[in-house]
Amino acid sequence: MRALLLCVALALTGVAAAVDTTQPLPSPGLQQRYYQLTHELRCMQCQNEALADSSASLAADLRVQVRELLLAGQSDDQIRDHMVARYGEFILFRPRMSWRNAWLWGAPTLLMLVGLIIGGRILYARSRLVGSDEADPNDESRAS
Amino acid sequence: MNRFLLPLAAFVLLLVVLLVGLRRAPEKSILPSPLIGKPVPQFTLPNLFDTTQPVSAESLKGRWLLVNVWGTWCVECRAEHQVLLQIKQQGRVPILGIDWKDQNEDALAWLTQLGNPYERVATDGDGRVAIDWGVYGAPESFLISPAGTVVYKHIGAMTEQVWDSEFLPRVDAAPARVPGTTGSGS
Repeated sequence: MRALLLCVALALTGVAAAVDTTQPLPSPGLQQRYYQLTHELRCMQCQNEALADSSASLAADLRVQVRELLLAGQSDDQIRDHMVARYGEFILFRPRMSWRNAWLWGAPTLLMLVGLIIGGRILYARSRLVGSDEADPNDESRAS
Repeated sequence: MNRFLLPLAAFVLLLVVLLVGLRRAPEKSILPSPLIGKPVPQFTLPNLFDTTQPVSAESLKGRWLLVNVWGTWCVECRAEHQVLLQIKQQGRVPILGIDWKDQNEDALAWLTQLGNPYERVATDGDGRVAIDWGVYGAPESFLISPAGTVVYKHIGAMTEQVWDSEFLPRVDAAPARVPGTTGSGS
C-alpha cells in the first residue's frame, strides 16, 4: 500500500515539473513579455507546439535566446524579426499583416460577404414569392 | 438543370483545390529557408581537429562548399554518412561539418569508426550558431557559393539523387573562380 502511494506521488511530481526551466527574468514586465513571446513563437522541431510548451532541445535553446534578447533591451518586434530572419515567417503562430498574407486575412471576410449576398438573394426571392401567392386568385390548392 | 450547375461547379472547384493541396503536401512539409540568397551568417567556432585554428564564416569563401550540420546523436546522420564519403571521394566540393550539440570525444570516435568525409569540422556545443543558420533538425546541408552566399538548403539525409539533381547542377552552373585551390585546413 505504501509502495502504491509512493508510486502515485512520484507520478504526480512528474506532471508538476515544468518544461520551461529557463531562469526567470528580473522584472515582472520582462517576464510577462517573455511569457507572451514564447507562447506566440513556434517550436520548429515539433511544429504545433509553442516554444513555451515544448521539451525539444531546440525549443530550450530558443527560449534562452528570447530571454537574452529581452535582457539586451530588444523590443518584441525586434525579437520576432530576429526569429523570422532565421526560421522564416512559419515560426510565428500569428501570421503578419502583409500583402503576401492578404488572402489569408481577407478570405474570411470575403467568404462572409459571399454568404450574405447569397442569403440576401434567397430571402428576397422568398419574400417576392409570398406576395405573388396572395395575388393569385386561381390557386386551387388554397381553396378549401 | 441550371439549379445543379452552380453546386456542381463549386464541387469541382473544391476538388481541384484539394487535389492541388494533396500533390503539394510533400514539399510543404519542408520549410523554405530565409537564408537562401543571403551571405552566410557570421560565426567563429572551435575546430574539432585543430583547436588553434578556429573556423570562421570568412574562411568559407573562395570555392564551392557543402556545409553539413550533424551530430553523433542523430540517427539520420548515420544514414547519410556513406553519401558524404562518396561526395568527398568525388573531390568536387569539400565538406565543412558543423557538429551540433555534441561531445568532441563522441564526434572523434564517430569519424574514426565510420570514416571522415569532412575537410574541417566546427563544433557548436551550445547550438548558438545552428540557430543563426536556421537549423531545426539534423542533418541539414547547405550549399555555399564561392562568394559566400547560401545557394541551397537540403533538410534531411543527403542522398546520391539529391546531390546529383539539386547540388551539382548549381555548382556546374557557376564553377569556382580558382579551381583546385582548397583551404589550408585539413
